[in-house]
Amino acid sequence: MEQFVLLISLFVLAVYLGIELITKVPPTLHTPLMSGCNAISGITVVGALLASGAQSSPLASILGFIALVLATINVVGGFWVTHRMLSMFKKRG
Amino acid sequence: MLTIWIDISYLVAAVLFVSGIKGMTRPKTAVKGNMQSAFGMLIAVMVTLFDTNILSFEIIIAGMLIGSVIGLVLAQKMPMTSMPQMVALLNGFGGGASLAIALTSYLDIMGTQVDMNPMLVVSQVAIVLTLLIGGVTLSGSGIALAKLQEWLPGKPLGFAGMKYFNLLLVIVALGMGYSLFNADTNLLFVATLVTLVLILGVTLVLPIGGADMPVVIALLNSYSGIAAAAAGFIMGNTVLIVSGALVGASGIILTQIMCVAMNRSLVNVLFGTMAPASTEVIDSDEVYAGKVKTSCPEEVAMILDSANRVVIVPGFGLAMAQAQHAVRELADALIAQNIEVEYAIHPVAGRMPGHMNVLLAEAEVDYELMKTMDEANQSFEQTDVVIVIGANDVTNPMAREDKGSPIYGMPILNVDKAKTVIVVKRSLSPGFAGLPNPLFANENTLMLFGDGKKAIQELTGSVKEAA
Repeated sequence: MEQFVLLISLFVLAVYLGIELITKVPPTLHTPLMSGCNAISGITVVGALLASGAQSSPLASILGFIALVLATINVVGGFWVTHRMLSMFKKRG
Repeated sequence: MLTIWIDISYLVAAVLFVSGIKGMTRPKTAVKGNMQSAFGMLIAVMVTLFDTNILSFEIIIAGMLIGSVIGLVLAQKMPMTSMPQMVALLNGFGGGASLAIALTSYLDIMGTQVDMNPMLVVSQVAIVLTLLIGGVTLSGSGIALAKLQEWLPGKPLGFAGMKYFNLLLVIVALGMGYSLFNADTNLLFVATLVTLVLILGVTLVLPIGGADMPVVIALLNSYSGIAAAAAGFIMGNTVLIVSGALVGASGIILTQIMCVAMNRSLVNVLFGTMAPASTEVIDSDEVYAGKVKTSCPEEVAMILDSANRVVIVPGFGLAMAQAQHAVRELADALIAQNIEVEYAIHPVAGRMPGHMNVLLAEAEVDYELMKTMDEANQSFEQTDVVIVIGANDVTNPMAREDKGSPIYGMPILNVDKAKTVIVVKRSLSPGFAGLPNPLFANENTLMLFGDGKKAIQELTGSVKEAA
């Protein structure tokens, strides 16, 4: 039970930190912020790695593999498209 | 010992995500911030590969290769006007990944028999939640994507009592989730639950209109984060919980910002109840009759010639006409004559938060010239000319003045405070809200009718000639 309390504390603090941080992002960057957050939520790739590498039943392996592919798309696609957008924001003149 | 190092590395990754998002608070540091987050992700992935439970690396390499190629191609090919679709797609994949993880974890513990270990109960609850949120995010994002891409009509779809149908689905899904861990459940039961959850995602998003999609995307963004955090609770994995929480918070805040900008409550958006349908239809002829003044590029160029300060108000019509570059050329021509030029961007100018800024940045507009609604509203009174291109409802003074109007209270750009307003528009047709815009009939407003891109190019030509 202590572990659960620890994890839920972590979750609540992270939400709070997220709110503090995100309110400081200027509206100009809201679209790259969203795609960047998409990439970060691709952290499920970690869970997918553990699930797909664990060699359990065939069905579980297939599902783990699907999770891995989807999460990787999220990570790679998310970071790259964010980079593409952000590198267009330049100061000129 | 190894697990301690893995956990510490996860902490490092989480810190990099936080400092990466912090970098996003300024355009100057944003590229670096994004790279920090990406580096954090790399660390998290590499470290996970050291986990002793991982046996088959061939499958992992294959999966990551396929995912990387698809991700890169999508990210590289997607045009900037389609960014909302890209984000919807990524939200969906994130939700799908969480759903698949929940199912794998379920299959893993289904075999082991239940001793009432409290952490196991936490895992079980987390599996049900991940399954639910992940599934709704997956199919909901699919519908959002189809609406944005216009594969589905933008208008709200559904049937009477859909609200109650959805509520029923939620209750049934939770009930099934509760009995998921009884000994006598089988795969058919699980498959039924997944189907129900997917249907729920569809019926939740179908009744939401196309104009409200920005809110839905932000909300699904939040869901995809919460699903990742829930998946973290299944495995007791700290980095999943922290990053999922960050993304969940971000999505919620953007949802709120969009709701305020559109003058809708979240409940209103979700249940598709538009502000009370205008009982008295406002006659557009009455608003416009005899008061609308039409102009031509030459005349506008003359007015611009004597201006000191010009503000450009872009709307999504500008992006649809692919006129971003034409507008920037006009701005360049004006700046060359020592006229101060700024862009005033309403939060709902694009199809998702910040979309218009990306479209202008693509057309090589300096980000320092892009002003938010609040900044712009402070300066319209000192502005000689405002040029409104492809925007309508966000400049409608009825939102400020007419208490009976359905858009009353919506924050708008007060362009009518400027000395002269030029509206570039195809016709006097109404915007999303379906209302006439008294701005067009104002004393100080001139209409420049025509196709956005062509009209702007002609105007730029006239400005250069006049110089």
